[in-house]
Amino acid sequence: MNSDAKREALERILAESREIRGVSLWQDAWSRLRRNRTAMISLWCLMLLATLAIMTPLLPLQSPIDKDLSQRKFLPPNVGTVVMGSRPGLKFAGGTLSGQMAEFEESIRAMESKAQSTSDPKERAKIKQSIEDRIEVEHPFNQMWNDLGPVAWWMCEMRVAVFGDYAIPSLFGTDKLGRDLLARVFWGARVSLIVGIVATLVSLIIGVSYGAIAGYFGGNIDAAMMRVVDMLYSIPFIFVVIFLVTFLGEDSVKKKLDSIGIDQITIFYIVIGAIYWLTMSRVVRGQVLSLKHEQFVDAARTVGASQTRIIFRHLVPNVLGIVIVYLTLTIPAVMLFEAFLSFLGLGVSPPDVSWGLLVNDGVQAITPLKTRWWLVVFPGAALAGTLFALNFLGDGLRDALDPRMKNRT
Amino acid sequence: MRDLFSYLIKRAAWMVLTLWAVYTVSFILMRSVPGNPFGGERNVPPAIERQLMARYNLDAPPLQQYWDYLVGIVTRFDLGWCMGLEDYSVNQVLAEGFPVSATLAIFALVFAIILGVSAGVVSAVFRRSKADVALMFAAVLGIAVPNFVLASLAILLFVFMIQIFPAGGWGTLQQIALPAFCLGLPVAAYIARLTRTGMLEMLTKDHVRTAIAKGLPYRTVIMRHVLPGALLPVVSYLGPAVARVLTGSLVLEKIFAIPGMGSHFINAATQRDYTLAMGMVLTYTVLLFVMNTLVDLAYAIIDPRVKLQ
Repeated sequence: MNSDAKREALERILAESREIRGVSLWQDAWSRLRRNRTAMISLWCLMLLATLAIMTPLLPLQSPIDKDLSQRKFLPPNVGTVVMGSRPGLKFAGGTLSGQMAEFEESIRAMESKAQSTSDPKERAKIKQSIEDRIEVEHPFNQMWNDLGPVAWWMCEMRVAVFGDYAIPSLFGTDKLGRDLLARVFWGARVSLIVGIVATLVSLIIGVSYGAIAGYFGGNIDAAMMRVVDMLYSIPFIFVVIFLVTFLGEDSVKKKLDSIGIDQITIFYIVIGAIYWLTMSRVVRGQVLSLKHEQFVDAARTVGASQTRIIFRHLVPNVLGIVIVYLTLTIPAVMLFEAFLSFLGLGVSPPDVSWGLLVNDGVQAITPLKTRWWLVVFPGAALAGTLFALNFLGDGLRDALDPRMKNRT
Repeated sequence: MRDLFSYLIKRAAWMVLTLWAVYTVSFILMRSVPGNPFGGERNVPPAIERQLMARYNLDAPPLQQYWDYLVGIVTRFDLGWCMGLEDYSVNQVLAEGFPVSATLAIFALVFAIILGVSAGVVSAVFRRSKADVALMFAAVLGIAVPNFVLASLAILLFVFMIQIFPAGGWGTLQQIALPAFCLGLPVAAYIARLTRTGMLEMLTKDHVRTAIAKGLPYRTVIMRHVLPGALLPVVSYLGPAVARVLTGSLVLEKIFAIPGMGSHFINAATQRDYTLAMGMVLTYTVLLFVMNTLVDLAYAIIDPRVKLQ
């Protein structure tokens, strides 16, 4: 009887406590971010942009690399209809992309059946090889797009299946080689965003590990590691990177790197990421210094966790908030740097496109006689708008994740 | 005074260390390019190639080259001959380009400080007015829009549509105005934000309230009591601002065809003129270091609470 009453009382308290919802740091930050209208608008815009960039091969855009020097050079923005693959120079069957694709697949199928019917395995391998060669050179996709990956290839096939030969008219005009600017801005977005994200991730990994290790070990190790950071801070990195890119652009160096399977864009990610980690490492070190004497670290040590585990499982997740804030502020800096280098002709090289490269093309095309404003305005606006949104989101996140703001409106 | 000296000595030591690191890294990069810089383009007769190698000291063993070049820089400030520009030494190129870039940078900085501070003061004094909102929106825009986009738009607008500025070149005030404006605007935007924040903070201070209470004219309060304190963050931003202006001038000199250090550097980079590019990197390092030290000193003089260390 007595114990029953006790249990009942306990259960009541338990039920009550279940009613109470704890507010985690993330929920709190999210609710504060949601109230920040500019940050939310920026967030939605960025998500839209990222989706569009990922979906670019699916969208009925014109070819970003197909040149038409005779008829479509420097067209101002217009809504004239365009049929994919209708340029006479392409010599596509029926003057359409789908027509050419049907014909091409037909001929490939003929070759394949020929391969099936031959019994000699050597002969068969030879035919297979020639099929692959033909696809590489003659497939209409390889004439309309540059170096599609497997996913992008599949998406292009979907696009032809869904939209056929329809293409959005040149709403943004065309450039000096008659390529559609709208398509180029979209394809450029992919490169610009990927450079921004990957380079930032590289800087994140270097910066967080470096800062966490320096902060956790402290003492002489910390002092030495931070002196190195101090020295790196006083090097004007933009100039050093330009020097480095000069060196990496040398033909023989390029060839050597190609043989290891690294292309220029990859180097680009690594180089940019490798210079933007300094601030991140300082911030993380400061946080870790203050966290490492907390009880949960002592507890982890008592139960015998290794130092690597303590650093990466217990300390790093706790500095995540501030790291995310710096991340959103690093992405625009990195994207700007990429655009800056591409603008100078030292970054992404054609036939790849990025926004910096497009603005550079635009500036080159301005002459006193003709102001081809669309070539500067559209890529410039895309770049500036993205940087704008990222800056706003970063500011908003900083306010939202600031622990001093906890539970305040 | 002793503080100052030990500070300067420390800074100088850091600079030497940094320069040495930059020099070593660029030297290694420069020399690890396979072959020699003259082999690729056209076939030169072996005798001429020997001459060329001797001129650039490329026939010595690498360590000897490293040492010779270093001694040349330290004792004679001799950065060697350009590999791309014929019969130009790196020093000559620097001597030609430096005054141009310095003029551009000074114009841009002065413009940025004047515009930024006035915009910041106006938007802080008339807080929450339409002017404040408009100015701060413009400031955010100025920070986010890359300066090469800004410069291209400015050329479209002010050179071709409304023809008030020449498209490029160097020498007259009219030719300086547009690049200096484009170079200074992002810095001005940042300074405006810093000034506004500083002003708003100072306006809540007790001594300002006292000054207003004892009946000083509002203008005097702002000028004498609020502004000096509000400008401290701006002074400490001047170091990064110099760096930003120097980097920005790389692109702007290219866009406006100005014969400064920046355009020489870009040419050196695109044409693989290693000695020139390395000389430029070293020069830029020294420049930034000296400017940062000066800014720190200025800060310590203005604000007695700051200790040099």
